[in-house]
Amino acid sequence: MSRTAVIVFAGVVALFVVSWMVKAMVLADVSETNIVDAFMVTVAAFLTLAIYSFLYKDNPYYKFAEHLFVGVSAAFWMVQGFWTTIVGNLLPRLSEGLATWFQQPYQGGGYDLGVFVFPYSIMYWIPVILGSLLLMRLSPQGGWLSRWPLALIVGTTAGLNFVRYLRSDFIVQVAATFVPLFGRDPHPWQGFGHFFSNLDLSASGQFVALLSNWVIFIGVFCGLIYFFFSKEHTGAFGKASRVGIWILMITFGASFGYTVMGRISLLVGRLTFLFRDWLGLIS
Amino acid sequence: MINFFDRLMRLDRRWIFLFLIVVCIIAYVSDFDVPIMPEREVETIYEFVDSLPPGEIVMIAIDYDPNNLAELHPMTYAIVEQCWRKNLKVLITSLSQNGPGMADEALRSITDSLAETKTYNGQVYEGREVVNGVDYCFLGYKPYFALVILGMGQNFRLPFPEDYYGTPLDSIPMMQGVLNYDDVACVIDLSGGNITDYWISYGQNRFNFPLALGLTGVMTAQYYPYLGSGQVFGIMGGLLGAAQYEKLVDNAGLARDGMRVQLPAHIVIILFILVGNIGFFVDRRNRHRAEGR
Repeated sequence: MSRTAVIVFAGVVALFVVSWMVKAMVLADVSETNIVDAFMVTVAAFLTLAIYSFLYKDNPYYKFAEHLFVGVSAAFWMVQGFWTTIVGNLLPRLSEGLATWFQQPYQGGGYDLGVFVFPYSIMYWIPVILGSLLLMRLSPQGGWLSRWPLALIVGTTAGLNFVRYLRSDFIVQVAATFVPLFGRDPHPWQGFGHFFSNLDLSASGQFVALLSNWVIFIGVFCGLIYFFFSKEHTGAFGKASRVGIWILMITFGASFGYTVMGRISLLVGRLTFLFRDWLGLIS
Repeated sequence: MINFFDRLMRLDRRWIFLFLIVVCIIAYVSDFDVPIMPEREVETIYEFVDSLPPGEIVMIAIDYDPNNLAELHPMTYAIVEQCWRKNLKVLITSLSQNGPGMADEALRSITDSLAETKTYNGQVYEGREVVNGVDYCFLGYKPYFALVILGMGQNFRLPFPEDYYGTPLDSIPMMQGVLNYDDVACVIDLSGGNITDYWISYGQNRFNFPLALGLTGVMTAQYYPYLGSGQVFGIMGGLLGAAQYEKLVDNAGLARDGMRVQLPAHIVIILFILVGNIGFFVDRRNRHRAEGR
């Protein structure tokens, strides 16, 4: 560890302690747990600044914050998964004893087949076995066994999504591109004379409605041409392809603009925390 | 001038970060207003909620994590407060694993706000107590959101026999006679991830309820085709969408505050993009000249 690193570390620790003490004093009037609250706020501020320090260059404080975030997130997901999926969903259906042990309402029962009652719990042993097989991936010899549940997961997901997405992301979306190019209710087409003599440039007017329909038509048509590689992109076909790429670029530009806004929003969120919750400079 | 662009092209990117953050901090602590002009896709959500008669149920899915809090939390505050001020009931789920605690905190905060008499859009709303189970029901989190969304289409009690606080749904006054999506006026999904896809394909597509979206800025452009096809009736995109909604409900919050930073930050980024492009073309021309082309 270099001398500079030691000095920086000492400075960070000193700032942390000072921040904690000052914040605890400020919170003394409003909170009984002011010391703990002040510690949490100071830790959050330290982690925020540690993450942003990466903009200057990679450093141990950033690494610490990054690893802490990944570790805490993974641990939180695992604990949540255990309590919501295994304890919340599975165990109450497997055994009354386990349900009582975890203080969950027992969700047992069975199908009455006349001759005997077929217990639900037998069905739920199937996911227990498949879930256990997934863990076999950790074993060098039995790793192949994990492919069975994985195949079931992939197959089920593909089957379910195929039907749903075929309608919501394909049929409905394709149908939405079949737009009237010369108006319909509330703006039925009554000829160019009527169109120009009653030209309405408002957002709800006929001109904007027709313009957006033409943009959709040309955009989809030229966008598809750009992705059609069985014919050389020359002549009129090439020009349509160029329009297609412009449409794509404008779309990517809109996405980029929104992304910039999203990133700045995150910065605003952290600034709000630093200036309001930590430093108390704004109300 | 050529030397200027040459030096600009070699500028250390850290100067750009520093400049941007200084601009953001100055804008943040300054006191000025940015004009907000609500777009049609945001207005449709406001108008839909505003037109509902008292007692109707609006379902709000708080499907985001703390990392999307800055963009989506203002939407939650604005919509839930609007619903409660209009005496609508709110049914809340949180299908994101890290969402429930955050949603619960927001609900408590909005409940406090409702205790005060306030004036929105020229109308005085008397302060009142918001009662859990009467004015709202928070269902909480369940894993595997696709199955939860499908399950709620049959009966809310299938995935959620109890609410977030452990009260059986059958003993909650607001849930009496409320079976599935048929009994809610609309679903508003505030999401920072791909849960939105499932609300569209497994929810709206299957059960045909009115669906509106509140999305992070990064996601917004991707979901506009669903607006055009009529699968969703409104979209709030990022902090701008939240600020527009805050303006419509006349309840200024963190989003309108944040737009003060967005404006100069965007101007700075656009300027840098322009200067960077000019520098690139000047540099390319110089290289071509040097090569004798």
